[in-house]
Amino acid sequence: MGPGFGLGLLAWVVGVLFFFPVLWMFLTGFKQESQASTDPPTFWFEPTLDQYAAVLGRDFVPYLLNSLQASVLSTALAIVLAVPAAYALSLVRIPKWRDSLFFFLSTKLLPPVAMILPLYVIARNLGALDDVRTLTLVYTAMNMPIAVWMIRSFLVELPEEVLEAARMDGAGRIREMRSVILPMIAPGLAATALICFIFAWNEFFFAVNLTASQASTVPVFLVGFISGEGLFWARLSAASTMAALPVIIAGWAAQRWLVRGLSLGAIK
Amino acid sequence: MTAQTTPDTARGGPAPRELTRGERWGRRGPLLPGLLFVIALTQIPFLFTVYYSFQDSNLLRPESGGFTGLANYGAVLGDPLFRNAVLNTVLLTAGAVLLSLVLGLGLALLLDRAFLGRGVVRTLMITPFLVMPVAAALLWKTSMYHPVYGLLNWVISPFGVRVDWVNDFPLLSIVLVLAWQWTPFMMLILLAGLQSQPPEVLEAARVDGAGPLETFRSITFPHLRRFLELALLLGTIYIVQTFDAIYMITQGGPGQATTNLPYFIYLQAFRAFEVGEAAAAGVVVVAATLVIAMFALRVVSSLFEEES
Repeated sequence: MGPGFGLGLLAWVVGVLFFFPVLWMFLTGFKQESQASTDPPTFWFEPTLDQYAAVLGRDFVPYLLNSLQASVLSTALAIVLAVPAAYALSLVRIPKWRDSLFFFLSTKLLPPVAMILPLYVIARNLGALDDVRTLTLVYTAMNMPIAVWMIRSFLVELPEEVLEAARMDGAGRIREMRSVILPMIAPGLAATALICFIFAWNEFFFAVNLTASQASTVPVFLVGFISGEGLFWARLSAASTMAALPVIIAGWAAQRWLVRGLSLGAIK
Repeated sequence: MTAQTTPDTARGGPAPRELTRGERWGRRGPLLPGLLFVIALTQIPFLFTVYYSFQDSNLLRPESGGFTGLANYGAVLGDPLFRNAVLNTVLLTAGAVLLSLVLGLGLALLLDRAFLGRGVVRTLMITPFLVMPVAAALLWKTSMYHPVYGLLNWVISPFGVRVDWVNDFPLLSIVLVLAWQWTPFMMLILLAGLQSQPPEVLEAARVDGAGPLETFRSITFPHLRRFLELALLLGTIYIVQTFDAIYMITQGGPGQATTNLPYFIYLQAFRAFEVGEAAAAGVVVVAATLVIAMFALRVVSSLFEEES
C-alpha cells in the first residue's frame, strides 16, 4: 500500500481537477440564471430543465441538424474513400506507396488558414457558400489522412494466413474485401469513424468562415452567446453541454483507439 | 504512365513478373478516388493562395487585381502587427505545448501503474480534450476566468488575491485553456509509449537491482524519447493552428496581445478583405510549418520503419 496508495490517490485528485470544469458546465446548465453567476459560487441548488427548454426553443435544432449532417456524411464519405486507398497502400504493393502515404499525412500539416481564402472564393463563385454540402466535403478532406492512416494500420495487422486462405479459395478482390477483410477490421473501422466524427463535430474555423445562417453548425450557434456575455450563463452552459456531449460520449467509447487516431496511426 | 517497360518501383519486395499496364492501374485504382479528392480540396486551394499572394486583391474593391510581384510579402513582413502575431504564436505554442507535455508526462507515469479505478481516472482525464473547443473557451471565459464570479478567483480569494485573468494576463489565460485541453493528448501518447515497453527488460533491470529512478533514466526515458518527440511535434502542429480559443475568449486582444497568426490572417481576410496580404501571410505560415513538418515526418517515419 504505502507509496503506491498515495500515488493512486494523487492520480485521482489530478483526474478530478481536470474534469471539474466540465462537471461545472454540466451542473450550471441545470441552474436558474440567478444561481449561475454568484459570488461565492452556488454548489447546492434545485435542478431545473428550464435552460434546456429555452435553448431548444431558440432555433438550436437547425444547427444541430446541420452539424449532424456534416459530421455523419463526411465521416461516411471519408471511410468509403479511405478503405480502398488504405487497401492499396498496405495489402497491395503499388509503386511509390510510401510517398502516397506520406502525402496524405502532409495534408494534415497544411494549416487551414492557408486554404480558407480560395475555398471561400471558389464556394462563393459556385454559389456554394452557406451550404452544408460544402462543409461536408471540406470535413471529408480534413479527415482523410486520419482515416487512411488508421485503417491502414488495422489492415497491416491482419494475419497473413487468413488472407492467403481467402486467395486459395479463389476469392476475387471484391469478395475477399467484403467477406474476409471488412468483417475483421470492423471494430477498427468503427473507431476510425468515431474519431472522424469527433473532429468534424468540433470543427469551428471552416464552419464560421464558410457558413452564414442556413448551414451554420453547433459551434457557430455557441458564438451567438458571446455578445450577451454574462447574461445567460446557465443557458450558455446548457447549450455547451448539448454541443459537447455527443463527442464526449463518442470519445469515451473510442478511448482505446483515440491515441491511434490522434497520432495518425503512428502509435498503436 | 507509359511504364510498361520500366521495372516495378515498389520497394516492398520483388515482383514475380513484370506487371502489365492494366494490372498496374488495377492495383493503383483503389487509391485514386481518395487521392484525387484530397488533392482537389487541399492542394488546389493552396495553389490559389500562392496565386493570390502575388495579386493586388481586395474583395471590397472589385476594380483591384493584377500582378503586384512581391508587394504583398513586403507589406506583410514589414507590418509590425504581423511580427507581433508571429511572436504571440511562438509564445502561445511554446507555452501550451511545454506545459501540457510536462503535465502529460507526469500523468502518464501516474496512470502507468495499477491502482483502484484507473480506467475511471483515465476517462475523467481525457474528457477536456473531447469538449468542443468553442464550448471549452466559453466555459473558461465565463465560469473560470470571470473577475467577479469565476471559480479561479474564488479558489485564490482566501489568499487575498483577485485577478482579472483575461485582461491582466491574456496570453497566460489562453495558454492555460490550451494546456487544459491538450494535456490529455500528451498523456495518451506517452502512456502508449510507457505501456509498449517490453516487460522482460524492466523485469531484468529489477533483478539486476536497479532502483526506480535508475530504471527510468537508463531504460524508460530512452524508450520514451521517440514518443516525447512525436507528442511534441504533433502538439506543436495542432496548437500552432489555434483559432477557436482566441476568437471566443479575447478576440485577439486586449489590443493585439493575443493575436496569433491564424487570427491575424482571419482578420486580414474576413474583416479587412485584404485577400492579397492575407494570402501572402498564409504562404509565409505554410513555409514556416514546412520546416516543422519535415522534422515531424522524419520522426513519424522512424516509428513507421519499425513496423515494416
